[in-house]
Amino acid sequence: MAIIRDMIPAFELFQPTTVEDALALMAEHGEAGWVLAGGLDSYDWFKDRIKKPEAVIDLGGIDELNGISDGQDGLEIGAMTTLTEIVRHERVRSEYMLLADAAEHVATPQIRNQGTLGGNIIQDTRCWYYRSGWACYRAGGNTCYAAAPEAMNREHAITGTSRCVAVSPSDTAPALVALDAKMTVRGRRSSNVYDAEDFFIGPATDITRMTVLEAGDLLTQIDIPSEWANAHFYYEKIRDRGSWDFQLVSVAAAFKTSGNTIEDARIAVNGIAPFPVRLDAVERLVIGAAVDEALAVEAGEIAIDGSRPLKHNEYKQPMTSNLVRRAVRSVA
Amino acid sequence: MGRWLDVELNPWGQEVLQGISLELMYLAIALAVLFVVGHMLWYRSRGFSEHEETADVQGSAAGIPERIVRHTLPSRIFHWTMGASMLVLLITAFVPLLGLEFAWVTIHWIAGAVLILTIIYHVIHSIVWQDFWSMMSMGAKDFREAMGHFRHLLSSKSPEPEKPGKYPFDHRMYHWGIIVTSLLAIVTGVLMTLRIKTPFWEPDAYYPFVDQAVAGIEVGEPAITAMPGAATGLVFVIHGIAGVALIIMVAAHIYFAIRPDKRYYLWGMIRGWIDREQYLAHFDPDKWSVVDGSIQESPPGGAIADSTVSAPRADD
Repeated sequence: MAIIRDMIPAFELFQPTTVEDALALMAEHGEAGWVLAGGLDSYDWFKDRIKKPEAVIDLGGIDELNGISDGQDGLEIGAMTTLTEIVRHERVRSEYMLLADAAEHVATPQIRNQGTLGGNIIQDTRCWYYRSGWACYRAGGNTCYAAAPEAMNREHAITGTSRCVAVSPSDTAPALVALDAKMTVRGRRSSNVYDAEDFFIGPATDITRMTVLEAGDLLTQIDIPSEWANAHFYYEKIRDRGSWDFQLVSVAAAFKTSGNTIEDARIAVNGIAPFPVRLDAVERLVIGAAVDEALAVEAGEIAIDGSRPLKHNEYKQPMTSNLVRRAVRSVA
Repeated sequence: MGRWLDVELNPWGQEVLQGISLELMYLAIALAVLFVVGHMLWYRSRGFSEHEETADVQGSAAGIPERIVRHTLPSRIFHWTMGASMLVLLITAFVPLLGLEFAWVTIHWIAGAVLILTIIYHVIHSIVWQDFWSMMSMGAKDFREAMGHFRHLLSSKSPEPEKPGKYPFDHRMYHWGIIVTSLLAIVTGVLMTLRIKTPFWEPDAYYPFVDQAVAGIEVGEPAITAMPGAATGLVFVIHGIAGVALIIMVAAHIYFAIRPDKRYYLWGMIRGWIDREQYLAHFDPDKWSVVDGSIQESPPGGAIADSTVSAPRADD
């Protein structure tokens, strides 16, 4: 483990009140700068002294990044909205319970009070080799210590790997993929909107990042389209400690149904890859099908097609299979 | 050293060699551009012909056919397959580092596998069906000729250099360079591929056998190669150096291939043959003997066995 010193190295603190100011500060400080949302990922890095930014840009004072509002098509959620606010928001609970459910599974009430949706989405992986300061691929080095034959890799990926086998730790990410959320990313000169599914990138594309965000980019807003409002939702997260832990595997699914038949579906699994995995093959199988046990079992089997466990995480295959089976079965 | 090599700290603050730095890639690209542009300007300033020269064949073409086979179809298939795989390797290696991101690893190792297969084919083909040493051997006479050619390039007062045989000295030098560089890249590339997921084996992050071999070697202060896993850094460094060297070599190769005054080489590699005028203008018939359709033994530093005199064959 890293040496935790409990004393954060000194840095200069900036508290901008507009997105433009924040972007200007990010550009000014470049790699020496660090963007702070709820701080729950950041302070870990700082205390472990793995990350030693010279300037910290605290987004807490930017009002336009806060709150949930009705958009033209669905909900608009500021990236700095706390997870507790999402869990308690009336419209989120009534129309998009999948997101409320996922947000409620994040850590503890205290952490949800402080943690933000944006921060939960873009938090860094919890692979302990990486978090402990090893010069692994993700940290710019040339080795994945977690994939070595003698490595401790019980929590690591079984699919979507490319040299790095770390997993995305976000609980809300699979729910956002299932809800077909749109992520607004602002830079100094441009603003882009990404589908949640495309927002997360794997190590095959860029081994040092988990999202499309590049230096100087800021996730400002998450839109939840009305397309999947009031659908049939299923969320389940398996973790070692029921009270407080990252997921081992989680599933988030949205179904449009007519009686016992699935008319449309979006299913995402997290904890098995460096990004939330949308299960296209399972969706193709279940769309238009009447749900019965045989369909649920087949969906579970297809969900792990092509997966390849490491030495200590073979259990993730049946766990994923069972979660997907339960999600499909929930429609009946 | 720190400027050109990437050295990271482990959790105990020890330096661990990771590979070459990005700056070395930028340096190689800059050198490649500098060489191409510099050569173009210098060549123009010296007043050398920018166009392909052809010979007056009157009286000197006895027994020489209109078309002369320079590269057989198997040779050309090898060359273009190898060239394509090399370009894919360079693009997948360096373009993502320049900012255009895509999933490059799988494409890269597959292109590497194709390169290895083409080289195996090339070696067997050269040994069994061609004169293996014609592209490899370099004697004192070759160096003297090369010096004469070099002096002529530097000074217009210097006498016209002798014409070469089928493969000029600079071609053979380049061939040697590409052999050494490619083999370094291939051997280290295979070692690196052992560490990633492929259909052929389970990845292993370490090379215990290489680690043991370099365990006692110390480089720098503190020693950075005497640590477990240090072999990985050396493998990455060698692969990186070979890779950036290939940027320059491939750039130079493409540049000379498309230069107007050298285009007969390119056409020879595309069509398989050059015409009689090109042959007489650029090659010494005594060194690359092509008479009456028979395959000629090459004199030292001269022709190779697949140089036949013939009308184009159906497969050419």
